[in-house]
Amino acid sequence: MNAQGYLRPDGRKGIRDVLIVAYLVECAHHTARRIVDLADDPQVHLVGFPGCYPNDYARRMMKALVAHPNVGGVILVSLGCESFDREGVAAHAAAHGRPVETIVIQQVGGTRAAIEQGRAAVGRVKAQMAAAQVRVPLSLSDLVVGTVCGGSDGTSGITANPAVGRAFDGLVDAGATCIFEETGEMIGCEGPMAQRAGSPAVADAIVASIAKAETYYRTMGFGSFAPGNAEGGLSSQEEKSAGAYVKSGSRPIIGVIKPPERTTAPGLYLMDVVPDGEPRFGFPNISDNAEIVEMIASGAHLTLFTTGRGSVVGSAIAPVIKITGNPETWQRLGEDMDINAGAIFDGSATLDSVGAEIVALIEAVAGGAETKSEAMGHREFILTYKAFEPSGPGCFPR
Amino acid sequence: MAPAVILLHGDDNVVVCCRTVEAGEHIRVEGVDIIAEQRVALGHKLARRDLCTGDKVIKYGASIGSMTADIKAGGWVHMHNMKSDYIGAHMRDAVTG
Repeated sequence: MNAQGYLRPDGRKGIRDVLIVAYLVECAHHTARRIVDLADDPQVHLVGFPGCYPNDYARRMMKALVAHPNVGGVILVSLGCESFDREGVAAHAAAHGRPVETIVIQQVGGTRAAIEQGRAAVGRVKAQMAAAQVRVPLSLSDLVVGTVCGGSDGTSGITANPAVGRAFDGLVDAGATCIFEETGEMIGCEGPMAQRAGSPAVADAIVASIAKAETYYRTMGFGSFAPGNAEGGLSSQEEKSAGAYVKSGSRPIIGVIKPPERTTAPGLYLMDVVPDGEPRFGFPNISDNAEIVEMIASGAHLTLFTTGRGSVVGSAIAPVIKITGNPETWQRLGEDMDINAGAIFDGSATLDSVGAEIVALIEAVAGGAETKSEAMGHREFILTYKAFEPSGPGCFPR
Repeated sequence: MAPAVILLHGDDNVVVCCRTVEAGEHIRVEGVDIIAEQRVALGHKLARRDLCTGDKVIKYGASIGSMTADIKAGGWVHMHNMKSDYIGAHMRDAVTG
């Protein structure tokens, strides 16, 4: 693999050098967005949390994001009276060697003044990032790769998802770290999944995470099953689950993490995304990008996104590689798709060849090549209220 | 030319369409002909054999739900004649509180 990464002061390596502008309450969203729009720079990304009330999960997520290896600098935009721990997040970024500036709208004199200060801050932080930049060789074993699926249909579980499974097997064998998730979309797969666990404690954590997901979704009244899934030929949650599960490949599952917990050794992990305790804040993840943000917070450098119906999203902070399993979607939305796993249907590709194509594209994207969604300017980001208990030591590889 | 359907596992009682299958089309699955009862789209499922209410629907060699109606081989298997054994699904016309 011939790619150069960005070495961070904590020793982690990034594949992008992003300046994030983070609003810390919805009231600061417009101001932060104007700062990003006026910068007009693909390196400057907007992220944020809309809530005014404190949430430990959101605080820990934001801390993880400001210290993410793809992030080189940070600007926080606060209204002033919200509860978000802006000093704590700024201190965390600084402690990880990231240049950071905080703009408080109520202190600087309102929207116009905050935008002006923000524009100046972008220039200063970018200059500091350029001065601090250290490029180092990257190998697959440096990478953390996540996978999610969205807009699944009857093709996803036959082509795109098992092809990602083949890619995951190759990545794990090369010493990379891989994370799959969507416990709410693996209801019915807990038995076979537990058999792949690296330890009895991990097996117990897998079964418990799925049981929690089923309880949670039952309370909400819906499974993780959207109308487009049915239109694309999927008929039940467990049918969607079986198709989603094959993204994980065949290697042992060595740990179960919750966002934004980090992996502790290379290998394959399940991410348990369903909140702990009584359902409080609504659906576990209200849309695909919330899942992608959690992958990123747990350290993913990039995300493999499989789709049947044809999602077009990307993400702030980390590239998204979109793989469609549906040849009709490839025809219709080809501009938005990176890889056509639907070619498996007509025999012009195989699961192994698409898996190899995915790994080759990961290497290229890690080296700086733009994904389709990056080229289109997709920088989606969503972070909402959730609650998690810390994972026990048994959930991690020994 | 793409095959019409794929059989994912030997135990399966449904096959998945690899392209749009036309009504009346004869499709050979493991040496047995089934006749598509209606036009069925890519990604959707056809019954490989006659299925009865309460039968498990088997795909990937695993149950993906239960039949809620009787159906002949070659029939379209979907939410109008099968249901999850775990958790309900929602459609575009779903209304919630």
